[in-house]
Amino acid sequence: MTKLKRIFMYIFLTAAAFISVFPILWMIISATNQSVDVTKGRLLPGTHFGENLTNLLQTIDLVPALMNSAKISISTTILSLLIASLAGYGFEIYKSKAKDVVFTILLLSMMIPFASLMVPLYRMFGSISQTMPAIGIDTLTSVVLPTVTTAFLIFFFRQSTKMFPKELVEAGRIDGLSEIGVFFRIYVPTMKTTYAAAAIITFMASWNNYLWPLVVLQSPEKMTIPLLISNLGSSYSPDYGVIMMAIVIATLPTAIVFFLMQKHFVAGMMGSVK
Amino acid sequence: MSSKTKTATIGSSSSKKFGMNSKMKSTLIGWSFVMIAVIMICTFYFYPMVQALILSFQSGTGTNLEFVGLDNYKRLLTDSTFLTAVKNTFIYLIVQVPVMIILALFLSVLLNDRTLKWKGLYRTAMFLPAVTSLVAYSVIFKYLFANDGLVNTMLLKFSLVPDAINWLADPFWAKVTIILAITWRWTGYNMIFYLSALQNVDQSIYEAAKMDGASAFQQFFKITIPMLKPIILFTSITSTIGTLQLFDEVMNITKGGPGNATTSISQYIYNLSFKYTPDFGYAATVSYFIVILIVIFSVIQFKVAGDRND
Repeated sequence: MTKLKRIFMYIFLTAAAFISVFPILWMIISATNQSVDVTKGRLLPGTHFGENLTNLLQTIDLVPALMNSAKISISTTILSLLIASLAGYGFEIYKSKAKDVVFTILLLSMMIPFASLMVPLYRMFGSISQTMPAIGIDTLTSVVLPTVTTAFLIFFFRQSTKMFPKELVEAGRIDGLSEIGVFFRIYVPTMKTTYAAAAIITFMASWNNYLWPLVVLQSPEKMTIPLLISNLGSSYSPDYGVIMMAIVIATLPTAIVFFLMQKHFVAGMMGSVK
Repeated sequence: MSSKTKTATIGSSSSKKFGMNSKMKSTLIGWSFVMIAVIMICTFYFYPMVQALILSFQSGTGTNLEFVGLDNYKRLLTDSTFLTAVKNTFIYLIVQVPVMIILALFLSVLLNDRTLKWKGLYRTAMFLPAVTSLVAYSVIFKYLFANDGLVNTMLLKFSLVPDAINWLADPFWAKVTIILAITWRWTGYNMIFYLSALQNVDQSIYEAAKMDGASAFQQFFKITIPMLKPIILFTSITSTIGTLQLFDEVMNITKGGPGNATTSISQYIYNLSFKYTPDFGYAATVSYFIVILIVIFSVIQFKVAGDRND
């Protein structure tokens, strides 16, 4: 490659990387600036970090929203992993023609767009509300239930179970473990990386879920982080510094999860191609 | 054939020995592993879809519904908001998906160069947008592209444009903003797929091509593209399906405006059900339109994926 081409390549890559990072950087910088300076286009870190943080905590119910999101995401992740891995294991280890048919039917659910589920689901939880208000409309449970089982995750676990050495199942049985014992004592510890990848995908999707909570949650104290950010974003006289601070804090959990487990995240993405 | 009958006899003799119990028990255990998932998927995916189908033949506000036959489906054809939403969604599809995929391919080829420095840094930087939440990045883009936002400030400062561009309030530029936003969020994500596929391509193919005097341009079109064809198709279909369901960005950047210039189909369904006087029946009809589009694209994907395995 000629020298000129190489220079062009570096310029292009640097520009692409800069554009990718810039909005995120701008968000962090703006969280340390006054609202007026943000509007003026100030691009240097300011000294209003503490002030923005105090204002945020005083004027906006960020902490309750964080708690709601945490409750929803953590319970969704735990239940999702349990349900999907049991199913993925069941479909692969106890393989049968009938189960393969059922598996194919389950996969069809991946084609259903959420937009077409939201109306019937809303009506479903509406009627549940009349008899069991604890899991009906406007409860955290109603956010979790419809999103907790995805055919994608079952598929993901089944694909990974194909790599799982079947002799271990036999060995476990010989050692006198029950069938469910084999699953919890042998399968789960062996498949740690698969669980890690699945946990990241599920946690991030749940933490960032917007449409279903928007439909099903109504009272302000039930609000999740994406709903809160969306509300802040559409306010008429926004305090940019404070809003940026809120977005930074809201993004932190997923950013931390991502950077700690980057390899598993990419592994999870690739799992969808198999 | 003979081996089949043999196993069958062994099977029946062992079941005689232990009674039918052990075999039945094993089948039962197998089903109990998958049972929760099956029940959940049926309750929260298939049952609602049946409900939506029934709803699509009904009309009325809120819970006062009555059967109207195919009226809702007829209404689709003359509903100008619906047609605008479909048009908008297809504009996003036709412009955004190809631009993003070509850009992602180009970047992945550059990053796959073995002599490249700071490779990890570039890769992480470009993947970073894929970690942000849809709502959060949408709000940031809304501020960046506001009339007095940073993008306009910069464009004016460097005299790239004579007047501030009305990014969010002009029907054309509002669409451009949405497309720019989605491209920013997903290019790096798709690039990672291509990059890992490229790493599996045997480098000696390129060496051989170079010896035969193939230019970088020829190598890209004659080797890279054909080799990555399956993954390019996979990402095109997933991006297409994602765009058909576009909601968060439109809702948070432009709210569908100005007028209905940026409304997506998903957002129209939301508006019909929860913003205007609720018309669940008609909303369900519109939603079946997306279902049909997605089924078509998924069938294409399954067919092509099937061909790949042959």
